[in-house]
This record gives sequence, structure tokens and C-alpha cells, in this order.
Amino acid sequence: MRLETVANPSLARTLGFPLIALAATVVLGSLLAMLAGADPFATLGLIVRGAAGSQFALLETLNRATPLIFTGLAVAVAFRARLWNIGAEAQLYAGAILTVLLGTGALEWPSAALWPVMAGAAMLAGALVLLGPAVLKVRFGVDEVVTTLLFNFVVLLFVSMLLEGPMKDPMGMGWPQSPRLIAEARLPRIVDGLRLHWGFALAIIAALIVWVIEARTTLGYEMRAVGLNRQAAEFAGIPVGRVILKTALLSGGLAALAGFSEVAGLKGNLTLDISPGFGYTGIIVAMLALLNPLGVVVSAIFVAGVFVGADSMSRAAGVPTYIADIMLATALLTMVLAIALTRFRVRWG
Amino acid sequence: MAEIIDILLSTSFWAAVIRIASPLIFATLGELICERAGVLNLGIEGIMVAGAFAGWMTVYSGGGLWTGVAIAMAAGMLFGLLHGTLTVPFSLSQHVVGLGITLLATSATYFAYRLALPEVDTPPRIEAFERSAIPFLSDLPVVGHALFTQTPLTYLAFALVVVVSLVLYRTPLGLALRAAGESPSAVAAQGLSVTGIRMGAVIVGSGLMAVGGAFLTMSAFNSFFFEMVNGRGWICIALVVFGAWMPGKALLGAVLFGIFDGLQIRLQQTELGADVPYQVFLMMPFLLSILALVVMSRRASVPAALMVTFNKGER
Repeated sequence: MRLETVANPSLARTLGFPLIALAATVVLGSLLAMLAGADPFATLGLIVRGAAGSQFALLETLNRATPLIFTGLAVAVAFRARLWNIGAEAQLYAGAILTVLLGTGALEWPSAALWPVMAGAAMLAGALVLLGPAVLKVRFGVDEVVTTLLFNFVVLLFVSMLLEGPMKDPMGMGWPQSPRLIAEARLPRIVDGLRLHWGFALAIIAALIVWVIEARTTLGYEMRAVGLNRQAAEFAGIPVGRVILKTALLSGGLAALAGFSEVAGLKGNLTLDISPGFGYTGIIVAMLALLNPLGVVVSAIFVAGVFVGADSMSRAAGVPTYIADIMLATALLTMVLAIALTRFRVRWG
Repeated sequence: MAEIIDILLSTSFWAAVIRIASPLIFATLGELICERAGVLNLGIEGIMVAGAFAGWMTVYSGGGLWTGVAIAMAAGMLFGLLHGTLTVPFSLSQHVVGLGITLLATSATYFAYRLALPEVDTPPRIEAFERSAIPFLSDLPVVGHALFTQTPLTYLAFALVVVVSLVLYRTPLGLALRAAGESPSAVAAQGLSVTGIRMGAVIVGSGLMAVGGAFLTMSAFNSFFFEMVNGRGWICIALVVFGAWMPGKALLGAVLFGIFDGLQIRLQQTELGADVPYQVFLMMPFLLSILALVVMSRRASVPAALMVTFNKGER
């Protein structure tokens, strides 16, 4: 078989294949629910209701979407320039460490001064964590996929070391957790009484800023050029190495904001499980959004909804919660295939 | 220092080195076959999880040990078929598909485990492969007992290094496979199917990765638990680079890794381990893998068409 480029894909083609991909994901989810002995239609209903059926559920979904918007943006920015950052998990924890370091009393400043300093320091830490693999890639040609993946394990062990050593909460009854942030360091709720913190608003602002950078600045143009064709970019006089390093700083900083927002907004302290794989899930978020920064917001809310809905369904119907991960992996694979099929026609023989 | 020498002279240490290296050898060979044909397979981590579960589950539900290995391999090949179909004929991003396969295989495995054993806190153990001594060789001083009193799967791993080397360098099939990863258009010009060769490589390679995972449950820990693969797949990808895409050197890398990993586990129990947090020791294997990548990248001979898609009739 061969692939032929479709010059002007019809509307049916551009919408049809992605819809089939989504349908396939839902069908697979139903089959899995049946396999687990539950009623498939009831299961899907429970997922939807658990994700968006009440004000509480909806806010829970938005809360869960917040770190995913940050990590999704981090991955989208990097992948756009063909920098394969699989290390958003490590950068997230780096941001969380700095947030705890500055927010637990080291700086007794008013909130208005403390927040930007904490966020800035967190971004710097995340940026530096990704700068390592990016420099190795540009300078020595070391594949960043493997180095960023391996760094995730190193940073997580480092966090574990901190939480059992210098950063351990003396009042924590022996649990590996950090002390709680001081009141000035916490991000308040957007509306009093509703469980949604300002981290969500920050995530939306971040998405808008990234969109402006990508669409309206020289750096954004250079990042796209490097991603589309490195040789051509070099030939056109774009400093490819430097653009990759700048992309790495931006991407790592964005992922670190997820750690800042989770610690300062949601949890109030650092534990080893503040991220159940938000860094990896960011890859799904970014790919489903076709690497578009504004699309990341939508797809992060969708992905968060699947997780929150599946959690609540799992409690009610007894279907293992891993069904959410299976459905998202299927959505990822079928969606990249669907996108390819909108642009290419399969010719047999 | 004296402690390190004591460790290095003990038989149990070398036996552990080989035991740590064995699953890595299977999976590294699998990844090497994929990459030599031009396909980066990032599904390795998840495929190892699936293999670990499939092999263990087969034995747990009454199947034979070798049946378990075969089922694990078949499970891996199934994921390989999916990976190959998406990346080879459809030319989708090998990075994205690979990570997607890892997520799919891992979550599907955990889902199946929870369905099969809904309320189990301590994972049940199975009667795994037993060690068998090879006559005469196992009586050699110091290393004899360590190298030649292992489980059959370990012997299979070492034998496979020889088999894969022979096939890659001494058969027309191996030549075609390597050519598909160096210059696919030349393969097509010979009238061979690049798609077929690459698909085959990914399927067989994924099967080997799954056997590597099965080693963990059937020859090392004797039970299945979450997170048991714990980054071994990613380390294998680093080992392929370290071994410059050659089976023999990759074996050397796996054994070196086994030495460092075995050493850090034992050093945790010495005086040094009392002063240094245990996490530092656990970080070492990952840091060393990164270091190895940096050192080797300067003279590595990457297959020229690795991650280069091939669409017949296009130039």
C-alpha cells in the first residue's frame, strides 16, 4: 500500500475521520465495561455524570484540567519545534520543590510580591531541568527522548530524598511530606466557596501568552520553522541550536508551573504523589489539541473529564479505574491515525 | 574500598549481576532489531509490562512455564503488530505511537490484573523457573557458579545474543533488515518490501521485549506487581545506543549495567549506605545511563534511516 497526499481534503474528510476515532474510543470503553461485568451504557452515563453532572463535578474536572493545561502547553511548544520533551513530569516536580522552598516561610512577604517570585523561581527550575537534555542534544547529538525519560526517575528519587530528609515536615507524623505553605503563599479560590483556585486562571492566561508567542513573534516563527524542516531553517539563517534551547526553557518553565499551581493552589504541600503522571498525560493533551495552545485548554478539560468521570464511575460500578487510561491511549492512537487519513489517501497495490 | 572488593569477589554478587542483566538482554535485543530496521520502538516499557503479566498469568492459571513464555511473546507481538501498522505503512510519528503503545499496554495490563484479581493486596507467587547448574562449567572457580547456575531463561538470553548476531550479519535476511534501516530505497530497488521487513522486525522485536518482561515475573520476582518494570524499558533504549546498535556490545552494556545495579543494592547495606540516602544509590543506574549516552554519542553509528519513513514510489 502507498499513501497519496490529498490536495484539498473535503469537510467530510477533515471531520469524519476524527469523529470515527472518537466513536471507536467510546465503543472500546463500552466493551471494556462489559468485560468487567457492568452495563456499558450505564457506565458511559456514569462517566459523563461524574465529570460534568453537577457543579461540584464540573469544578473538580476544571481543577484536574489545570496541571494538564500547563503540561499540555509544555509538550505542545516543544513538539512544535521537534524537541521531544517527555520529561514534563520531572519539570513539574522541580517547580513544586521551588514553590515549597520559598513558600513555607523563607520569604515572609505579602502575597502580591510572593506569588510572582515563587512562580518565577519554579519556572526557572523547570527550565533548567529541561535545559540539560536540550544542551546534550544540541551540543553532542544525544537523543532527548531517552534523557528526558531517564531524568523523570532521577528527579522523582530526588524529591523522595528531600521529603525524607531536609524538606520533611516535622509535624508530618513520619509521612514523607513537606511542611505546609504559609497563608500568603497559597493561591486563593476564584469564587469564594467554590473549589476552583486561581491556578486555573493562570493556566488560561499561559495558554493565551503561548498562543501569542507562537502566532505573533519571531521566536514563534523560528520554532515552527525549526520543527518543520531543520535544514531549511538553518539555510535560511535561523540559529537552530539557540532556538531549540529557547524552546526548552519555555517548555520546561510551563511544565514547572503545573507543580507551582498544584502545590500553591490545590494541595498546600508537596508529597510524592502530587502528580499521577500529569507530565505523561500532557503528551496526550497536546496531541489531541494538534499542538495548538488554545486547543490544549479544550483537550485538557476533556482528558480531565475522562479521568474524573472514570474515578467516580469506578466507585459506583466497580469497573477498574484504569479504563480511563486505556480510553485515552486509544483516543491518542486513533486520533493521530485519523489526522493522517484526512491528509493522505491509502492506495493499494 | 575494601567493601567494594569484598562485594566484587563474592559469588552471589556475580549471580545477581547476571540475573539483573538477563531481562535487559531480551528487551535490548528486541529494541535493537526494531531500530536496525529503522523503527524506534518506544512501546518497549509498556510491552515489558504486558509480557510480565501475560507470562505470570498463564502460569498462575495453571499453564506451563514455557507456555507462559510463548503467551508473553505472543502478547508482545500483538502490540508490535499495532505499533508496526501505525508507524510503517501509515508513517505516523514513531515517538507518539510508541508512547501511546506504552500507555495502552500498561493500562490494559493493570486493567486485566484488577479484573483477574479484584481483591488481592499481596500479589500471589507462582512456581517459577528453577535454577539449573550446567555440569562441569558450574564447577569453575569464582565465576563458574555465578554464570552457570542460572534459570533456563538466562541461558536463552545469552544464546539469543549469538543467534541475533548470526542472523543480522551472516544471513540475507539480516542484510535486508539492516539495509531497511540504512537505505530503504536500495532495499526496494532489490524488489524487496521495506514495509514487510520493518513490520516483521517490529513484531519480532516486540515479542522479545515481552519475554524480557516475563523474565521479571517468571525468573526473578515470581509474582506480578504494579510498577515492576520501573523504567527498565527506557534503560534498554539507552543500552542500544551504548552498544552502538550491535548485539555483542549491547550484551556488554547490559552486564555492565548489572554490575552497577548489583553494586548499588549491596552498597546500601554497608557503612556508606548508612551515611548516604538510599535514593542516591537508586539514582545511579539512571544517571549512568545518561552518562553512557553522552560518552557514546560521539562515535555512535546510528542507522541512517532510523525514524525515516518510507513510502514506495515517493522521492
